[in-house]
Amino acid sequence: MTGRVAGKVAFVTGAARGQGRSHAIRLAQEGADIVAVDIEGQIDSVPYAMSTPEDMAQTVKEIEALDRRIVATKADVRDFGAVKAAVDEGVAQLGRLDIVSANAGIFSFGTLADLAEQAWQDMIDVNLTGVWHAVKAAIPHLKAAHGGSIILTSSTAGLMAMENIGHYVAAKHGVVGLMRTLALELAPDMIRVNSVHPTSVNTDMIQNAATYALFAPDLPEAERTKETLGGRFQVMNALPIPWVEPVDISNAVLWLASDEARYVTGVTLPIDAGQLTK
Amino acid sequence: MGKLEGRIAFITGAARGQGRSHAIRLAQEGADIIAVDICGQIDTVPYPMSTPDDLAETVKEVEALDRRIFARQADVRDEAALKAAFDAGVAELGPVDILLANAGIAPMSLHESHQAWQDVIDVNLTGVFNAVETVIPSMIERGRGGAIVLTSSTAGNNGIGGPSRGGLGYTAAKHGVVGLMRSYANNLAPHSIRVNTVHPTGVRTPMVVNEAMGEFLAQDPSLSNAMANALPVDMVEPVDISNAIVWLVSDDARYVTGVQLPVDAGFSNKK
Amino acid sequence: MTGRVAGKVAFITGAARGQGRSHAIRLAQEGADIIAVDLCGQVGSVPYPMSTPDDLAETVKEVEALDRRIIATQADVRDVGALRAAVDDGVAQLGRLDIVSANAGISSVGPAADLPEQTWRDMIDINLTGVWHTAKVAIPHLIAGGRGGAIVLTSSAAGLMAYPNVAHYVSAKHGVVGLMRTLALELAPHSIRVNSIHPTQVDTAMIMNEPTWKLFSPDIEHPTIEDFTPVSQAMNALPIPWVEPVDISNALLWLASDEARYVTGVALPVDAGAVIK
Repeated sequence: MTGRVAGKVAFVTGAARGQGRSHAIRLAQEGADIVAVDIEGQIDSVPYAMSTPEDMAQTVKEIEALDRRIVATKADVRDFGAVKAAVDEGVAQLGRLDIVSANAGIFSFGTLADLAEQAWQDMIDVNLTGVWHAVKAAIPHLKAAHGGSIILTSSTAGLMAMENIGHYVAAKHGVVGLMRTLALELAPDMIRVNSVHPTSVNTDMIQNAATYALFAPDLPEAERTKETLGGRFQVMNALPIPWVEPVDISNAVLWLASDEARYVTGVTLPIDAGQLTK
Repeated sequence: MGKLEGRIAFITGAARGQGRSHAIRLAQEGADIIAVDICGQIDTVPYPMSTPDDLAETVKEVEALDRRIFARQADVRDEAALKAAFDAGVAELGPVDILLANAGIAPMSLHESHQAWQDVIDVNLTGVFNAVETVIPSMIERGRGGAIVLTSSTAGNNGIGGPSRGGLGYTAAKHGVVGLMRSYANNLAPHSIRVNTVHPTGVRTPMVVNEAMGEFLAQDPSLSNAMANALPVDMVEPVDISNAIVWLVSDDARYVTGVQLPVDAGFSNKK
Repeated sequence: MTGRVAGKVAFITGAARGQGRSHAIRLAQEGADIIAVDLCGQVGSVPYPMSTPDDLAETVKEVEALDRRIIATQADVRDVGALRAAVDDGVAQLGRLDIVSANAGISSVGPAADLPEQTWRDMIDINLTGVWHTAKVAIPHLIAGGRGGAIVLTSSAAGLMAYPNVAHYVSAKHGVVGLMRTLALELAPHSIRVNSIHPTQVDTAMIMNEPTWKLFSPDIEHPTIEDFTPVSQAMNALPIPWVEPVDISNALLWLASDEARYVTGVALPVDAGAVIK
């Protein structure tokens, strides 16, 4: 068996669909087995439909079609006990842990002056505390494997501000602080920790009516299509593209996860079509 | 009683614009001033530069505040001339506590010459280096610390300024000033000499408000659109930069070093 | 009445002692009236004694000695209702609001791998969510005033770089930068400026305690201030071990005053060069 992460085991949160599924597939294509978790359910403050058990079943099917093993569990990253149980079970079945992709995240909107308490709390709990939970559950296994690579999914909003999503920006900036500290604390164990910072990614998290309304409040609902919205997204990027594909983030995760990046740690890596520099 | 009573400040580019404002504002706080300026034209600069009359006006305004000022024509590109002016000023007023490396040009033009890159690097980067090198030995030898402020720009953190040779040189030089600041801040910290940068957005001075800059911005609307501030003001005033500098060089900021301080109406955060 | 913030009213959280008290006094010296809140109580995961009602009373006394008015309320920044009641009452009594110092914060230690859930949660709730709450309850008053305003969030050098064994603190303080940047964007049309301050170690009760010294000298069983001083100084570029609360207050005062009327969205270290070293 060959591949850039052959023989390794990767833990991916938010793996039922979107970027998480893409990461699982890309890592499996390069030889990794997968421990997958996802909430497979809704959070009330989130204005679009979240993942389902059917989504996770599809991820499992695609990994198995690659002849890799996958242990998939329904677990909410806000619940440390559930996350820990899922990782422990996955490692018990697959034998080791080398890679962590703390990818699970949500999106919602509101100005900081008016944002509901629960929307703030859900955001911080999932997008910041949930990231810590995923890592915390994984660290003992990585130490047992004498090294590893942790990739935290932040955002361009982890390095710059955007209006109407201050809670998201705060959580994603917090992820940078978490990444930097973990990189320091885990370096003696040869565990590397980095963050990826995507611009808009072509997933259900942005391709939904609520997000379209945020970007095009001036258009009638019927005219808010993927095509008309493309231009609104594209002005944020330097490159002439509206969004990147999940696999573009997966390719960055793969590189960071592989031994090709064995001496890369503490780094904030934008995959952003030039959004930050524009 | 001013914040800078008894201090002596060396200011480059002091004949007009931000430099004159700094001289006046520091003098209001009790400082004496050693002022230099080129008081002359550089060919690639598409707007009229300062004159000996401008420098004389700065002298008049500082003296009206009952502060002392020593002014001399000197080009920051000429290290020997700069040092001679500095030494003469110190001989007359005493040792320097503060350096404001402010002199700069903006050679963006529709009709630019090949030389624009070199000129802006020479003035805006090498000129800053020359100014710091000029003051350091006496500051260290005196052993009483010091405060240095280098004038960078929003173009010191952002890829703005357009594709012309002059614009690229301006952005490169202003970024380079940040590297100088960080290195000097580390190197000079053991001597309690603090080094920081200020990063203004557009300031209402002759460098920005002139026919050539107007033409340059008009030919590419994306440039002026890209220069919109977050706060509802089109430009800031020279005194706003001076007020930031007064704080940075005063004892109120005695433990602030190695810092990039934008005075930019939210420009950098917004873009 | 003269002064750099004369006639203005400032809302300060964590005002019972330390940096918050210093901010209240410094702004009052320059002519501001003060709305002060503090928890005046303990949080279980915090390993040093927190402020008391007596501390807040001392702040009141010192501000009143400057002939300025102060409305002080015991309130927890985690409780947005209590915080709103405190600021609403303060504005009702003092007539306006111009300046906000979101200063309340805690410190605790532990490696990210072993940190208890409650320790993480208390930190995020107070040092991040509490800062948002402070801005949230103040914004309506700033907008209603129609004169703009200045909000200053207290982050830390740990908002711009990492330190081991305080992942929760570093995460919260980085989060504050994201919050500041977004608030600055959202409030610029109202001429409300939002900036953050990033101190290195400050000489307050939050760091002058054995658990904190132990963080810096893990190999010493019972570290003392003599052990802490050189370790702390080694983290700064300037040859000093820590800064004083008034140094942070002087930065806050400048940011809050009209001298900084065009400064917004800025992360301002007051750190003796710790970040660039």
